[in-house]
Amino acid sequence: MNATPPPPRTSVPAPGLTAGQRARELLLSPNAIRLASVAVFMAVWEYFGRQMDPIFMAPPSAIFAAAIELVQSGALRKAVVESLWPFSVGMVLTIVIGILVGIAVAQWRIVEYVLDPFINALYAIPRIALVPLIILWAGLDFAGKVAILVSVAVFPIIVNTYSGIRDVRGSMLEIGRAYGATEAQIFFKIVLPAAIPFIMAGVRLSVGLAIIGIVVAEFFTAISGLGGMIVEYANVFATAKLFVPIIVIALVGVVLTELVMWLERRLSRWRQLERDRF
Amino acid sequence: MIAMAGATAAAAMPPRDVMVAYEGVSKFFSIRVRPGQQQRGELMVALDRVSATVRKGELVTLLGPSGCGKTTLLRLTAGLIAADEGRITVGGAPVSGPRKDACMVFQNFGLLPWRTVIANVEFPLELDGVAAAERHDLARHFLDLVGLAGFTEHYPHELSGGMQQRVGIARALMRRPILIFMDEPFGALDAQTREQLQEDFLRIWSRTAATVVFVTHSIDEALILSDRIFVLATGPGRLRTIVDSPVAGERLAGDVRTHAEFAPCRAELRHMLRSEGT
Repeated sequence: MNATPPPPRTSVPAPGLTAGQRARELLLSPNAIRLASVAVFMAVWEYFGRQMDPIFMAPPSAIFAAAIELVQSGALRKAVVESLWPFSVGMVLTIVIGILVGIAVAQWRIVEYVLDPFINALYAIPRIALVPLIILWAGLDFAGKVAILVSVAVFPIIVNTYSGIRDVRGSMLEIGRAYGATEAQIFFKIVLPAAIPFIMAGVRLSVGLAIIGIVVAEFFTAISGLGGMIVEYANVFATAKLFVPIIVIALVGVVLTELVMWLERRLSRWRQLERDRF
Repeated sequence: MIAMAGATAAAAMPPRDVMVAYEGVSKFFSIRVRPGQQQRGELMVALDRVSATVRKGELVTLLGPSGCGKTTLLRLTAGLIAADEGRITVGGAPVSGPRKDACMVFQNFGLLPWRTVIANVEFPLELDGVAAAERHDLARHFLDLVGLAGFTEHYPHELSGGMQQRVGIARALMRRPILIFMDEPFGALDAQTREQLQEDFLRIWSRTAATVVFVTHSIDEALILSDRIFVLATGPGRLRTIVDSPVAGERLAGDVRTHAEFAPCRAELRHMLRSEGT
């Protein structure tokens, strides 16, 4: 009847790209467009910045010169340390307090009923409104900065830890119970790992708020750190110098947020992949 | 054609041959409150005075339509919920909670998604505080047995449903249990995968001395797997009769569907499940 059919194919060669298509792909790649966008923005800024009164606006070249000057004089280094030290301490405290309070509220009904009126009230008040009071109590220096940062940044971690723990499905707890796990084992081996993605999302939100918190604290105290530097240069119309701490804060913010997002992705990979399945 | 094993025969069984004994076991649930028409002070009977025994080393299925209390009976036996009347003993001891030597295979596999396959299998022994190297070796052994030797470092969401349930079976074997509970373990799988798993599970089970209590709503599955079938009925949930599988002797030898007694027994069970309230 027929000759033997050709063997089944498991793959076929992909069509190649022409030189034109490849060039197009490179030029229109997201990163190429991003780079071009920033370059055009800097050029426009440089051009108009030079024409404007230096009290209102400084071109990128002047900012760069100011940055070099501040680095060489050591002023920038000093300000960075003055900001980052309370920031780090505050962030660690925020994470520890946030997670512990979140766990306590989620695990024990009595703690929830005792604390939730205060958590809700503090969550509703813009915490910036409390800054003068906190300064009154904790002072203008290190302790004041840390207290302001924690008060601003701690809530997303509390709320997310709480929701993460409450979100753990009963069927997952039953795995532990059926295998005879103790309450502590169920908490550490099932509840906490299951809540990690939520907690990490809370930490990510909290880092953004903490940066705002430290800058606001330094605006009020206006004597130290990057925030203090901004106020100081604004007061004397040193506009080129004013941009330097702003750019440093922006860079720190981007780096920290990326770091936390990377960590979040790593720790929550199972959850993302699990979601992709359905 | 179908041999009915009555309660009198069970009572005559010497105690050392008994793995699970049910003595007038009932479970009540509170009626869901509907505004305006709730009947206060009355409980719904989920399971009414079940008396039966499961022999050591046998595979018993609890067969019935949804709402017949078969999963409730399994959960009672596993010690996840307590009986409201009567007594259940496992190996002569009254059930007061989950036992370490009685392990569960769950309907939706019950794997912890943030743990790798091997870490999921190690879970029970991790709870028992067994040394890492020892439980790792044992987990490898059982993963090999269920045919997943090459998937130890995968995550559950990277596996198909059938493979996930193989992990669930390997985990249940880790403590070398005397009793295995299976709650519609193959219900979520497609037909081909289900048949393959039934066959593989029978083969694995035949190499252990474990007694199995297996919940299913599939008549075919009950006939293919069981020594005896506990047929449950609804309204209220109760044990209606116990049927000896006519093909139990042949089940390890191949497809029992082709056995002469399979079809008539299947028809009879079907009839029994359909005619409610007798």
